[in-house]
Amino acid sequence: MIDKKTVEHVASLARIKLTDEEIAKFSEDLSGILDAFSSLNEVDIEDVKPSFHAIEMKNVVREDKKEECLSQEEALANAEQKEDKMFKGPRAV
Amino acid sequence: MQSKRKIKCLKDQGLFDMDMQKIVDEAKKINEKYNLFVTINENPEEGFPVAIKDCICTKGLRSSAGSKILHNYIPVFDATVVKRIKEKGGSIIAKTSMDEFGFGGFSVNVGVDFKVPKNPWNPKRCCGGSSGGSGAYPAISEYPKFTIAESTGGSISSPANFCGVAGITPTYGLVSRYGLIDYANSLDKIGVISRTVKDMAYGLSIIAGHDPKDSTSLDQKAQDYTKFCREGKLRIGIPKEYFGDAVDEKIKKCVWNAIKKLESIGFEYSECSLPHTKWGVPAYYILALSEASTNLAKFCGLRYGLSSNPEDRGFNEYFSEIRAQGFGPEAKRRIILGTYARMAGYRDAFYLKALKVRTLIIEDYKKAFKEFDVLASPVMPTIAPTFEELDKMTPIQHFMADILTNPPNLAGIPHISVPCGFVNGMPVGMHLLGDHLQEGKIIQAAFIFEKKRGEIKYPRL
Repeated sequence: MIDKKTVEHVASLARIKLTDEEIAKFSEDLSGILDAFSSLNEVDIEDVKPSFHAIEMKNVVREDKKEECLSQEEALANAEQKEDKMFKGPRAV
Repeated sequence: MQSKRKIKCLKDQGLFDMDMQKIVDEAKKINEKYNLFVTINENPEEGFPVAIKDCICTKGLRSSAGSKILHNYIPVFDATVVKRIKEKGGSIIAKTSMDEFGFGGFSVNVGVDFKVPKNPWNPKRCCGGSSGGSGAYPAISEYPKFTIAESTGGSISSPANFCGVAGITPTYGLVSRYGLIDYANSLDKIGVISRTVKDMAYGLSIIAGHDPKDSTSLDQKAQDYTKFCREGKLRIGIPKEYFGDAVDEKIKKCVWNAIKKLESIGFEYSECSLPHTKWGVPAYYILALSEASTNLAKFCGLRYGLSSNPEDRGFNEYFSEIRAQGFGPEAKRRIILGTYARMAGYRDAFYLKALKVRTLIIEDYKKAFKEFDVLASPVMPTIAPTFEELDKMTPIQHFMADILTNPPNLAGIPHISVPCGFVNGMPVGMHLLGDHLQEGKIIQAAFIFEKKRGEIKYPRL
């Protein structure tokens, strides 16, 4: 069971402001979903290794050399909030 | 674009003239009736027509992943798949409608201010999802050579099945994800939808193959998959768990008829078991949403997408407000659920357990593929639901519609939905699953079946 307080806490961790209606709705929805998902407890997973990928993956590295990249104009092209060729964001401190 | 500009265009083996303006005009008409496109390219290059799911970046053409939070995002680069299509003479006609970020199986979870696409076979019914527009476009128009779709947990097979077209979800890592606005990195796969198996295979031949820009791209060379469109005999396995009570009887019958057709031309089949099937849905959703909740952290009203004046508010306040405005209800629900599953104290109970169940599901398949070339089953448990039916379903009922599509996606094995018949006037597909990197075998099985099945009479605009 996920109560409203938990939903509010998780929403604040996920940085989403929810309305009271959303909190109530999600509390109900998520409780139903997690209840259904608890069926995973039926599976015997002792000695089973986790699969982070479906297919074996090797770590990939490349040579550390300069490559073509976006120009400053291109990097800023989609930002509405900008100043002096920099992204503009809220105060951090 | 010059009006009535005639262009040379490759289709099948021959060259013929194609009028780009005519294709754009038709796309506009289609959109008035069915909402299949988020954006139509008013000025397409000369080339064979292709439409791209909206979550894949197209240079100079809005790519919003169906979300308000990216409503104004115009990429300055092409995704690798788009680059390769353009290099081979393809032209991007439109960006197709989808569930916001791919969060759904019916294309009804569209972003705030986006329109829900309707099924050309019956506009009261959904297209399937999340690649709804990419599934429906080839069903209503002869123009697109193929469309590009993307599947995390079934988003190519679902619309291909509901719209009566062929769709392939390749092995995880066979097609580069560079330029994909991701949902869940360990599960996302870009694939192809088309009217014919051969055009679908042609599309895959263009987009497959290693790409150094994607660190999960497999060390595989591009190959011509159309060469698998040939006669032959394959061993078919019928997983009994995929014909369970949750699947509509008429659909099971329809798929069995298709299997019998294959038998009549010399295919051998026998039943097999994939015992961990029923845990596919919970394992999939825990992993997919855990990954999604971290992926979507980057959408915060800086650098690109929805924003407002950040000067008068604090850091967290600003992010929380932009995200509240930009994400639709399903995106919020999935972010909250994914964040919860990753939280200290719950990680082992949910996330880690799901990763282990995924191992067991992969092992089920590996065992089956020692005996069979291809596994055949239904794709979706019902025909395309009506919008009224979907409205009444709870979130968990929406998830449960993925019982047959989540397991192959979790295992990263290639699969095709090929149209195999009709129930109540709506198309039904047969799912053909293959082992990792055995795209050739499922393409061959789909091609042989398609030939035996005969042509489909598609709806007209």
